[in-house]
Amino acid sequence: MTPLRRSLSSPHLALLAALIASVTLTRLVTDPYANDILTTLGINIILAVSLNLVNGYAGQFSLGHAGFMSVGAYLSAAVTLFAGPALLGEDGGSVWAQNALFFAALLAGGLCAALAGLLVGVPSLRLRGDYLAIVTLGFGEIIRVIFQNIEPLGGALGLNGIPNYTTVAWTFGFAALTVFVVCCLVRSTYGRGFLATHDDEIAAEAMGLNTTRYKIAAFVIGAFFAGIAGGLYGHFKMSITASGFDFTKSIEIVVMVILGGMGNTVGVILAAILLTLLPEVLRPIAEYRMILYSFMLIVLMLMRPQGLFNFHLTRKT
Amino acid sequence: MTEFIQQLLNALSLGAIYALIALGYTMVYGVLRFINFAHSDVFMVGAVTGCFLGKYLPAGTWWGGLSCLLGAMIVCALLGMLIERLAYRPLRASPRLNVLITAIGVSLLLEYTFQNEHVFGAAPRAFPQIFPEVVWQVRGLTLSSNQLLVIGVALVLMVALQFIVFRTRIGTAMRAVSLNPRAAQLVGINRDVVVAFTFALGSALAGAGGILYALNYQSVEPLMGVMPGLKAFVAAVLGGIGNIPGAALGGLLIGTIETFVGGSQLSTYKDAIAFALLILILVFRPAGLLGRRTIEKV
Repeated sequence: MTPLRRSLSSPHLALLAALIASVTLTRLVTDPYANDILTTLGINIILAVSLNLVNGYAGQFSLGHAGFMSVGAYLSAAVTLFAGPALLGEDGGSVWAQNALFFAALLAGGLCAALAGLLVGVPSLRLRGDYLAIVTLGFGEIIRVIFQNIEPLGGALGLNGIPNYTTVAWTFGFAALTVFVVCCLVRSTYGRGFLATHDDEIAAEAMGLNTTRYKIAAFVIGAFFAGIAGGLYGHFKMSITASGFDFTKSIEIVVMVILGGMGNTVGVILAAILLTLLPEVLRPIAEYRMILYSFMLIVLMLMRPQGLFNFHLTRKT
Repeated sequence: MTEFIQQLLNALSLGAIYALIALGYTMVYGVLRFINFAHSDVFMVGAVTGCFLGKYLPAGTWWGGLSCLLGAMIVCALLGMLIERLAYRPLRASPRLNVLITAIGVSLLLEYTFQNEHVFGAAPRAFPQIFPEVVWQVRGLTLSSNQLLVIGVALVLMVALQFIVFRTRIGTAMRAVSLNPRAAQLVGINRDVVVAFTFALGSALAGAGGILYALNYQSVEPLMGVMPGLKAFVAAVLGGIGNIPGAALGGLLIGTIETFVGGSQLSTYKDAIAFALLILILVFRPAGLLGRRTIEKV
């Protein structure tokens, strides 16, 4: 092992390297188009990797990830929009103050989304499989309708004029953090419980594992990072509407996870990259690109049902 | 009181449409144990077919309307069989989640294909009045023939389905496959034929549902299936997925709840309330209203 590989195989050093790399990347990327793509990419990685913890590792099929994303997006946007002017003062504050506020807003959004994840996690105690899928789908839709009806948050028109705080450094920093947390978690002694819950719930219970607690933990952690991703998304697009976080958005994230191979973080990251870039590559044939995209999805599933990037022998589910 | 009866009528016609779609979800789940996400788009294709056929058939006549309905059902049945043959059958042996994602792919493919300008276009189009329309005023009640037609057609189709499933050979085979696919094969049932037939049947009902929905709301667009499809899916789960009377009951319940909430002050919350009720029912009766509780064997 070369020293570089040895240091990268230590997760903490790898995280540090990724953080430094993301900050330097921001300095290097000046082209606005590349900046947009990279930010979208980072957000998609956070979403896919966090959903993979719920769907892939813990085996709880969730179709409501966009709902958690919207909680984070609305909450963090509310913090920067309503508390921001009071905290930063007339002149808008220094760059450091803005970034500190942004960080706090993201955390607030993530924590609220985690709370929502706790609420969704509780019914998952009793339901499994398709029923759980429909309940998470229902929760996602309920969250959307509630936001559409809260007038202080813009109602159906959504929130506009959100400050543009999201940079490539922030998104990739949080993407690295998400990957770090999920990887370390499932490799830890505690995290083996997620895999056990996924593989055989009854056997895991017989071994004395509290599968209920694992399921809820997966939901809460997954929702936290989805909330962060939502906050980043809101401060990147600068306007959010509740209908932007509907069922279709959840499906988009689920597709990334399944295409990458459930429970395979590297594969899921690669799938997120592929699915972010694919529509861009197909842009010249704009009229047909979404038709082609869905067609490719079907063909990929028929050709590589175990996920595009899953090269190991698939575990029996 | 009149308003209550009026709303009940609206509820029945909406619920009947949901029930028709829900039946397709539940039958496919019964024989293949997976959620056919493309079903809501087959519903849309039914309405679009009606839109096209309506141009060539004389508007406002009974035989024109009925042949339009029949045409849409046939087109949808063929589409359903085609989808099953090309997209789902090759994945019969793979995990259910893969089939689910393929179904989502088929759903997106249909939606985006119909959104293309050369096929249909994203803008809503007016649905022709294919059946003769009469409006009766009875003691302050407004009875439109469309509404009665929706309820009537749905009722006839559901009775026909009940007959097919419980009184014919192919229906018996369907129930056998649903009960135990391997044992059904051992007694000589051709599973592929049964599955294809199930898809044809479910898709034909969805096509009819599409025409009836378009008749009631007078407009057709490529994404029109998404929300009714989701609600019908909720209805199927509510009644106990895989259970045919359950799907009809669930559809009527969801339609009723939605109509009455939509008529109250909480109308902007009507989508949320349908799902909230679903969650409550599932938490207290996880197998749905009419679903049988399965005992888990280790």
